[in-house]
Amino acid sequence: MNSVAPVQYVAKNMRLDLRLIADMIAPGTRVLDIGCGDGTLLDHLFRTRGCDARGIEIDMAEVTRAVAHGLPVMQGDADSDLAQYPDGAFDYVVLSRTLQAVERPREVLRQMLRIGERAIVSFPNFGHWKLRWQLLWLGRMPMTPVWDRPWHETPNIHPCTIHDFFALCAEEGYEVERWLAVDEAGQRAPWRRFSGLANLFGEQGLFLLRKA
Amino acid sequence: MDQAETPEIAHTHVVFDDGLLLDSGAALGRLVVAYRTYGTLNAAGSNAILVCHALTGDQYVAERHPLTGRDGWWAAVVGPGLPIDTDRFFVICANVLGGCMGSTGPASPRDDDPATRWGTDFPAVTIRDMVRAQKRLIDQLGIARLFAVIGGSMGGMQVLEWAATYPDAVFAAVPIATAAYHSAQNIAFNEVGRQAIFADPDWLGGRYWQHGRVPARGLAVARMVAHITYLSEQALTRKFGRRLRGNEAVGLVEDIFEVESYLRHQGSSFVRRFDAASYLTITRATDYFDLAADFGGDLSAAFRATRARFCVISFSSDWLYPTAESRAVARALNRVAANVSFVEIASDKGHDAFLLDEPDFHRALAGFLAGCAEHAGLAG
Repeated sequence: MNSVAPVQYVAKNMRLDLRLIADMIAPGTRVLDIGCGDGTLLDHLFRTRGCDARGIEIDMAEVTRAVAHGLPVMQGDADSDLAQYPDGAFDYVVLSRTLQAVERPREVLRQMLRIGERAIVSFPNFGHWKLRWQLLWLGRMPMTPVWDRPWHETPNIHPCTIHDFFALCAEEGYEVERWLAVDEAGQRAPWRRFSGLANLFGEQGLFLLRKA
Repeated sequence: MDQAETPEIAHTHVVFDDGLLLDSGAALGRLVVAYRTYGTLNAAGSNAILVCHALTGDQYVAERHPLTGRDGWWAAVVGPGLPIDTDRFFVICANVLGGCMGSTGPASPRDDDPATRWGTDFPAVTIRDMVRAQKRLIDQLGIARLFAVIGGSMGGMQVLEWAATYPDAVFAAVPIATAAYHSAQNIAFNEVGRQAIFADPDWLGGRYWQHGRVPARGLAVARMVAHITYLSEQALTRKFGRRLRGNEAVGLVEDIFEVESYLRHQGSSFVRRFDAASYLTITRATDYFDLAADFGGDLSAAFRATRARFCVISFSSDWLYPTAESRAVARALNRVAANVSFVEIASDKGHDAFLLDEPDFHRALAGFLAGCAEHAGLAG
């Protein structure tokens, strides 16, 4: 098992997923991408949409790679560094596939919607039928291509379902402007009108939020 | 030691006969700024990079040093095809105010009595005074806005000061291995060095130069202490470990361990190129440095007016200006929503890493500059 990377926020393998996020972002806006990895989304937003796109990344090797590509990325983490930014500093704050790995997801969301006009959040859906099936049938913590580490090694300490996330948004008073269920390849899944089906068949949830 | 002065070298320089008003309230009647340039300024004057040197550096960044005959202190970073690419950028480096490589400093003639030196009467200068002197040079060269200001250690302090004092004149800023203020520990190490100089019998109350003498032992000890702070424990262990020099005689006076002879060499070669009064003046300037204090204690206020793109770089084993200090700078920049990249380079070489061959550092610096050049509309 020497191919297992050190425990960090989940790896990102989704060009298409990034494109869906990029589609939610208006040209020429100010964007902060939290957990930006090597800065693929930042580069895309700058080059195709003329955005002032910046990133935060916890993994120093990724930061170095991003900076070496001329992208404005700083080493930091979602739990402690968002509090430093002033209110309304960005039009969009993006957190892709990272919410489940932060220490305090509710606080991170609050910070995102304090420093940004809108928040774009994607997370792997723990309500997917394969996970439910594995837990029900095998009685073991599920392992899938998305949830690919054993329970004791996973950085994903706060898994949630699409329904859970809707509930949190309601509790916190966030307006869901758009949402999508996405399959693992990052393709839009067809369940978006029925959140119950999305919660069963969507591998990821992708949400565009603003304060109500 | 009675070898008097450093040999006279004709340093490229400009003279400002209207002098410079200093933070201390004192005024220099005449200001000389010695500098070197590399590469070519483009027609728009938009490709200039100011490199700010560290405590004991000088303007000879990327060429043979006229005094020591050694390569420039950043020869691995500044040059054709290097991270600070002189095929693309016009690179300027000025000897700091208070220095001893041609710019006005304690070894310069007094305003009121040009036949004698300032010596220890040279007025106290600050990092901001150094930056003001550099600004005069930049204006003289006809450059309205620097594409970038880059520097490590004390040079990084100047970078921060540039962004705070002349926000409209800086497009990109790269403070490396530095801090926004001198800590009590930083000041303490500097003070040991100063006391070593004062304790040298050849110091002669600061009048050494009148007697053709140099407080070489004191200055060498100052350099030795400082040099330890530039290295990490791992770097010292790797370079020297506990290796002995190998001579039979084991005494109290001779250097027994290799690390000792290394430090002695560092000390003795330093005194041949550096003036003791300059060392005092410049270490004091770094000790005074506290950028937040000039802005009501709020470091982010120093950056309120800047639109510059920042790249803050630290090194993991630097304990003189540790990563936490760079992170504090990055966070202060975040508080004003400045455009900031921040990277800590993994290195076991200590503070000195910014001067050494660190491929990740060089890649990050080159990439950041390339990205900024694109945003500045500089042709590739």
